[in-house]
Amino acid sequence: MKRLSLTLLGLLMIFTIVLSACGTTPTSAPAQPTAPQEASQPTNPPSQPSGGKQQVEVFSWWTGGGEAAGLEAMIKVFKAQYPDIEFINAAVAGGAGTNARAVLASRLQAGDPPDSWQGHAGQELIGTYVAGNQIQPLNDLYESEGWLEVMPETLIPLISQDGKIYSVPVNIHRANVLWYNPKILKENNINVPTTIDEWFAAMDTLKAAGVTPLALGEQWTKMHLLETVLLGTLGPDAYNGLWNGKTDWGSPEVKVALQNFAKLLTYANSDSASLSWQDASQLVVNGDAAFNVMGDWAEGYFRELGKTPQVDYGWAPVPGTAGTFQFLSDSFVLAAGAPHPDGAIAWLKIAGSKAGQEAFNPVKGSICARIDCDKSLFGEYLQSAMNDWATNTVVGSLTHGVVANDSWKSEIDTALGLFVQNGDVDAFQAALVAACKSSGPCK
Amino acid sequence: MRKFFADKDRVLSVVLVLPSILAVLIFIYGFIGWTVRVSLSKWKGLNPDYTWNGLTNYINLFSDPRFAVDVRNTVIFTSVFVVGTILLGFFLAVLLDQGLKGEGFFRSLFLFPMAISYIVTGVVWRWLMNPATGTRTSGFNLLFSYLHLDFLQNAWHTTPTWGIAAVALAAIWQMSGYTMALYLAGLRAIPHELREAAQIDGASDLQIYRFVILPLLTPVTLSALIILGHMSLKVFDLIIAIAGKQLPLDVPAIYMWQTTFDGLFYGRGAAISILLLISVAVLIIPYIIYTLRTETFK
Repeated sequence: MKRLSLTLLGLLMIFTIVLSACGTTPTSAPAQPTAPQEASQPTNPPSQPSGGKQQVEVFSWWTGGGEAAGLEAMIKVFKAQYPDIEFINAAVAGGAGTNARAVLASRLQAGDPPDSWQGHAGQELIGTYVAGNQIQPLNDLYESEGWLEVMPETLIPLISQDGKIYSVPVNIHRANVLWYNPKILKENNINVPTTIDEWFAAMDTLKAAGVTPLALGEQWTKMHLLETVLLGTLGPDAYNGLWNGKTDWGSPEVKVALQNFAKLLTYANSDSASLSWQDASQLVVNGDAAFNVMGDWAEGYFRELGKTPQVDYGWAPVPGTAGTFQFLSDSFVLAAGAPHPDGAIAWLKIAGSKAGQEAFNPVKGSICARIDCDKSLFGEYLQSAMNDWATNTVVGSLTHGVVANDSWKSEIDTALGLFVQNGDVDAFQAALVAACKSSGPCK
Repeated sequence: MRKFFADKDRVLSVVLVLPSILAVLIFIYGFIGWTVRVSLSKWKGLNPDYTWNGLTNYINLFSDPRFAVDVRNTVIFTSVFVVGTILLGFFLAVLLDQGLKGEGFFRSLFLFPMAISYIVTGVVWRWLMNPATGTRTSGFNLLFSYLHLDFLQNAWHTTPTWGIAAVALAAIWQMSGYTMALYLAGLRAIPHELREAAQIDGASDLQIYRFVILPLLTPVTLSALIILGHMSLKVFDLIIAIAGKQLPLDVPAIYMWQTTFDGLFYGRGAAISILLLISVAVLIIPYIIYTLRTETFK
């Protein structure tokens, strides 16, 4: 026993010496600040071009369903146009991009960026990657490809910072859609509500008739509802002001919006916390609930379930938001210090082209970011969305990364979660004011 | 020093354990040190920022209403899970110890849940504990309605405040078999003579358990307590599988993940990790000291 402890003691001494000699290496290794210039250095041999052949590595979380199929279709267009460039599909599965973004963050911190990656257009990209000097502005590309003429004017400021455009939107989804069950509304003699007060009145009628008025799911779907109510109560200008610091989060108008939101929650199904968005949307088409607020990817899901538009489900802008298109978009960026800049530019050209977007969107079930896509490729709902996209005022979605950076959004998410628990509107508003100060543009 | 290395065997043993000790030093203690440093910094956003921030991250956490929810949930989860698992595990072990037929079968049966990952358990229990009402009722609530036990129907993990206890039920189901195995081994190690002696002295079965067997099983209970306790402090996957990232069932590990990787608050996330580490260490270190001491005296 004594000999063993002596040995152990000796070992400990040796390693103390070893550790103090190279002590800084292990602790500072992950701390190396990743300057973008360094990123192009050959830190990771396998990602380097082999034998002079051109490559492009594109990172996304499109690994399943219509998204993966859409990406494949777009890659086909890319290969036809650029047969000499080898396309490396670096998709990471899981959690609607949560896993992928954690992987991406560690690759960027290690100075090994992919050439281009997927991100929600807007502040989710800008707040994280522009602030970290990880992506490059694309104004030249927009001009040379003529994209400014074929994308809505009100979209451009939402995907720019200080006049610089940072990503190429491939698809567009609409967030402010009210899905309803036409049969239930007809049975109860309710017209599709256009204002929030009409909506409340309709839901009072439904509640009295023993129908669940509003289908709601887990926490993020509540944030989705919140952003549409903020828009519906405040209108597009004041709503945009929330995100650029011009509208005061502590104002009485915002309080009205939050009270509307609190009231909406009282109409929802009691088991919302246990439902995914699919479960919640399904309640409407199955006749278990009358209304649901969800992005228009729900329409693709209804079709998968074999439901018929206008018969099993109808749609309208969320009450109070007619004439406004609250959008979210998947877009691609150009990495600062991309290992293969030529390949990356070629990929972005395809991502923004008519051919690329027409290949991707019908399969994914979304509309083109361009307004000149062929309408006949799309279904009934998507055609109506394309008309609105071309004519409406465009504002951005909170839940899906357009208007607030990640830190701000996660603080709002926490405030929302606490509010759903305790129902305290004043504390909710105070927390939102604090979130804007700590992570948004508010002073 | 030279004399120390004169022994060839000793040199060899040092060389053999060197890589693993070095790896442990770097990948465990090195990164603990790095995390402590990050937790004292202002790092927020993608790029590292080591600006000194003192204990601000920690102080903010203690006035953070979300962290208060986390602490409350952890306390409820740990108490329900540890007490439930130990009681159920002990009960199963005593039953199996009665020398019934097919003991091997039951032993494997109770142990099997432990072989399943928490994610799978979570997915199954999410369905079992479906809180839906009316025509959409399913899982336990549907079973209760078949059995005319409607008063037992409840909202399970969506119950305000106590919902986390329902998640602990799933964890109890998973880990009680393991506790049973621990206790069964403990029971088998108790010499039969002791029970016989107690019987001859006129002790009832209950008295034998209370005054002979339970005291002899104290070390087993302690081990179970430590193992289950540190597992429950770190619980993450089971809750994610049952409820996703929703605040009512938030625990420190989920807050850490979300605030660090979704919100890019690296400083705050590191502070939560360190608090988690401390809470686990408070449990484990006395136990390690205790075992080392008892082994040394042997």
